[in-house]
Amino acid sequence: MQKIYAYAAAGACLFLSACASVPSSAELDKLTAAIIKASFRDEALVKVDRLTQDDANRECSAADVAGKPIDEALRASIEAANMKAIKWPSDGKFIGDWREGEKIAQSGRGLTWTDDATQGNGGNCYNCHKIDQKEISYGTLGPSLHNYGKLRGITDPNSATAKPIVEYTWGKIWNAKAYNACSNMPRAGHAGILNEAQVRHVVGLLLDPKSPVNQ
Amino acid sequence: MRPVLPLAVALLLAAASLGAWAQKTAADGIAEYRAMLADGNPADLFEAKGEGLWKQARGPKNASLEKCDLGKGPGVIKGAFVELPRYFADTQRVQDMESRLLTCMETLQGFNAAEIAKTAFGRGEQVNMTALTAYISAESRGMSFNLPNNTVQEKTMYEVGKRLFFARSGTHDFSCSSCHGEDSKRIRLQDLPNLTKNPGAGSGFGAWPAYRVSNGQMWSMQLRLNDCYRQQRFPYPLFGSDATIALGMYLGVNGKGGESIAPAIKR
Repeated sequence: MQKIYAYAAAGACLFLSACASVPSSAELDKLTAAIIKASFRDEALVKVDRLTQDDANRECSAADVAGKPIDEALRASIEAANMKAIKWPSDGKFIGDWREGEKIAQSGRGLTWTDDATQGNGGNCYNCHKIDQKEISYGTLGPSLHNYGKLRGITDPNSATAKPIVEYTWGKIWNAKAYNACSNMPRAGHAGILNEAQVRHVVGLLLDPKSPVNQ
Repeated sequence: MRPVLPLAVALLLAAASLGAWAQKTAADGIAEYRAMLADGNPADLFEAKGEGLWKQARGPKNASLEKCDLGKGPGVIKGAFVELPRYFADTQRVQDMESRLLTCMETLQGFNAAEIAKTAFGRGEQVNMTALTAYISAESRGMSFNLPNNTVQEKTMYEVGKRLFFARSGTHDFSCSSCHGEDSKRIRLQDLPNLTKNPGAGSGFGAWPAYRVSNGQMWSMQLRLNDCYRQQRFPYPLFGSDATIALGMYLGVNGKGGESIAPAIKR
């Protein structure tokens, strides 16, 4: 009864026989929010506050439901806000150890309700991207990153000419929504999936000329 | 649940030879390996158990489920699965197979539905629930999905399900659509059905319940959705909750005309 009351309060008529037609889009949004609220619970380290959407997630979800691209002005403001939120390397060092980066790219662990919070998180990179071509078990949801640095002409990642690409790569991994508001890519640094040292290693995996990615 | 031993051995052999195949044949190899396994789908065992449970007098009321109305009238099982979820006037809810079974277990047999919903997968009455879903779905094997979707309640739940499918959230900003919104995508080597339309919606939705070779378990659609949400880094969806039913409604309607192969065999 309590649940039915909650839905009715959301302005929807799912359970009221008096309701003759499907609710309006705005009412359906409200009803969906009420149903989400009533349908999930905390489990282990995962709390229901994960269901709270920020501007990017809310607006991009709405655009997906409508089957249209996000409004231009909204897109620009979401990207600007996410760009502003990027944390750049505290010591100015962008390039870490590609060997560590490869391990992080391979690992899909972390932040599910069955994960151990003390084990550290992976980057899930191979789930969606081809990276080192020796790894044949890669996903295709994202573009291939094989030869990522080489294709961009990076011979010395510490050089002044490499700087724009190096910064973009850091920024994209830290917060993909800064460059594409509705990107499918997680915001690894921004969301606390990877820490600063881990992001540095993944940047190294992509940009170090010695990394197998660029061989 | 105990894996079937010869099958586990076959799996190891198949997995070992899988590594030897070149990348271009990996998908073919997996299909071949699935076909090989389908010869002896252990889901058969769960179907048989489910049939026994359906007919057996159980629970505080010592009654069977033979008068359970799955949408096509009391006791009608054939064709019921391919029309679920649907609206039920007695509960005034849109229900999927599992939530409808909970209703029948409570009203006919006297079980406490809320208690069963709270029970962990693979424990207690949830084990019986899984077997029942295997039996009921098997009775519609080869039939086409044809959810009625003609009441306001059903159409409303479809719209809610669509919103849930595209809802991005959690630490990784994932929605169902992140993985299941486009054709011909993979996670690692695993092909991902596009669940927004056929053939992906019919073949994806229409395969569950399924026997999962990788962990030797029979999974209902509720558990399939539960594990999707786990991997999405979302909190825990309640068993039989309206969010899971709305998603089932969205997938089932999108899969209209697709053939039900449940209970299938999966990696």
